[in-house]
Amino acid sequence: MVFDIYLLEAIINGLLLGGVLALLALGLNLIFGVIDVVWISYAELVMAGMYGVYWLYAFFGVPLVLAALIAIFGVAVLGFLVHYLVISPILGKPPINQLLATGGLLFFLQSFATLLFGVEFRNIGLRLPVIELWDMYFSFARILAFAAALIGMVSLYVFLKRTFMGTAIRAVAQDREIMATMGVNTRQVYLITSAIGGGLAGLAAGLLVLQYDVHPAVGLSFGPITFMICVLGGLGNLLGGFVAAFIMSQFISIGGFYLDLEWGYVIAFVFFIVMMFLRPQGILGRRG
Amino acid sequence: MLELRSVSARYGSFQALFDVSLDVRAGEAVAVLGPNGAGKTTLLRVISGLLPVAAGELTMEGRSLLDLPPHRIIETGIAHVLENRRLFPRMSVEENLKMGAFIRGARARFRERLDVVYELFPRMAERRDQFAGTLSGGEQQMCAIGRALMSGPKILLMDEPSAGLAPVIVEQVFGLVDRLRGEGYTVLIVEQNVQQVLQLVDRAYLLEVGSIKTSGSAAELAADETLRRAYIGI
Ligand SMILES: Nc1ncnc2c1ncn2[C@@H]1O[C@H](COP(=O)(O)OP(=O)(O)OP(=O)(O)O)[C@@H](O)[C@H]1O
Ligand SMILES: [Mg+2]
Repeated sequence: MVFDIYLLEAIINGLLLGGVLALLALGLNLIFGVIDVVWISYAELVMAGMYGVYWLYAFFGVPLVLAALIAIFGVAVLGFLVHYLVISPILGKPPINQLLATGGLLFFLQSFATLLFGVEFRNIGLRLPVIELWDMYFSFARILAFAAALIGMVSLYVFLKRTFMGTAIRAVAQDREIMATMGVNTRQVYLITSAIGGGLAGLAAGLLVLQYDVHPAVGLSFGPITFMICVLGGLGNLLGGFVAAFIMSQFISIGGFYLDLEWGYVIAFVFFIVMMFLRPQGILGRRG
Repeated sequence: MLELRSVSARYGSFQALFDVSLDVRAGEAVAVLGPNGAGKTTLLRVISGLLPVAAGELTMEGRSLLDLPPHRIIETGIAHVLENRRLFPRMSVEENLKMGAFIRGARARFRERLDVVYELFPRMAERRDQFAGTLSGGEQQMCAIGRALMSGPKILLMDEPSAGLAPVIVEQVFGLVDRLRGEGYTVLIVEQNVQQVLQLVDRAYLLEVGSIKTSGSAAELAADETLRRAYIGI
């Protein structure tokens, strides 16, 4: 077979897409692994962040990088509040209650966004260049998003690996009951983890808003895929989610190359379903 | 140093400790003996804050622990070597030790104490990057004791450190406890190896169905007829 440069283009674009998906999965996975609660509304935090960037940049002329940093901080605060106000009172309650509560939050955030901004699709109106490389075309926004997502993930890795608090966060995920004997306040760990999860959603928001329009239901276009990636990798397993993000993004991108984009998603979802039969605990999951 | 006055504790509606009074003086080694389900683990959990005191008074060096949140109790110098070791299985030996040094006062001395623990357990230095879950039982116990030492405690609460270990390793663990005493640590130890632990400690308490049945010097208890018949079997 002749070497197909367009296939290579699709593979590289899949890789770039995988970076942002991995970032999204990381936040959701971290929260699940540490707090043992699934934030169904995680993508709605991203939506809130996208509106934040849009609003700051397009309305108030705040420079984009600064707007993104403010969004990271703002969504981190939002994540903190989600835990403090919604999750913390229902910790230890049956999972169905937790699902209903975070599901309720999803509708609340969507409705709130509709109230503030209406249902229109909004674009920050920034045209970033397309880069040509040996006959292949890559959007600069995607490359930027990939690089920034990678930096975000590496920073988190270093934090979790090197610092006392980061180590405690990982320890809580393994044995939460004994943490007090080591002087760790699990309540504080949960709040910090929620803020980090929010911060990651804020970073993702700053990157996605470069490529996609924002509207109140935008969370639905990547919430489900993020959730699927987490489950595929083994819910709560950070490395698993990372690997799964790149697998799914290749299915989407290569499938999209041979058929069309919609089919790319269909193939990725079919792969997910098949994997759930073969390996329900996820690629790197432990629980049988 | 550590004092319990008429302490009661409960799991929901089930009362596990009834009016337990006990004290450990600085530099002492004290054992808590008793059959399975007597409440020995519960007693240590109450002291380290994992289980709230339902009634009674609990003090460390004259200071009440009742108004401290559980995660602050370690700051008073109480370190708990938990039943079944409870290491973080998917973290390295060194990361487990790092968690032992989590409290503010211990962080600055992390490296220094790590050296002390590695000197005490050269095996831990060899295995520093290995997942704790892959260690042998004896090594896990060393790691658990090392983790407790990392906070720079005054008193060590040890819950059956010899459980599930081969006789030779049990000997080593008791030898180690003896050595820690020599270094000035105060020890409150729960054990099933009654005969061996009585050679190690100064005093002991016998706990049965949540109450202190008897207490006395190690020699007195070793000579106690009922205790001999019930737990030593000679
Ligand atoms: N989490 C719990 N919930 C309810 N009851 C408990 C719990 N943990 C222990 N108990 C009960 O409290 C009593 C004392 O248990 P504890 O674990 O303190 O005994 P123990 O003396 O340490 O026993 P062993 O020698 O088997 O370790 C037992 O009757 C036990 O069933
Ligand atoms: Mg016990």
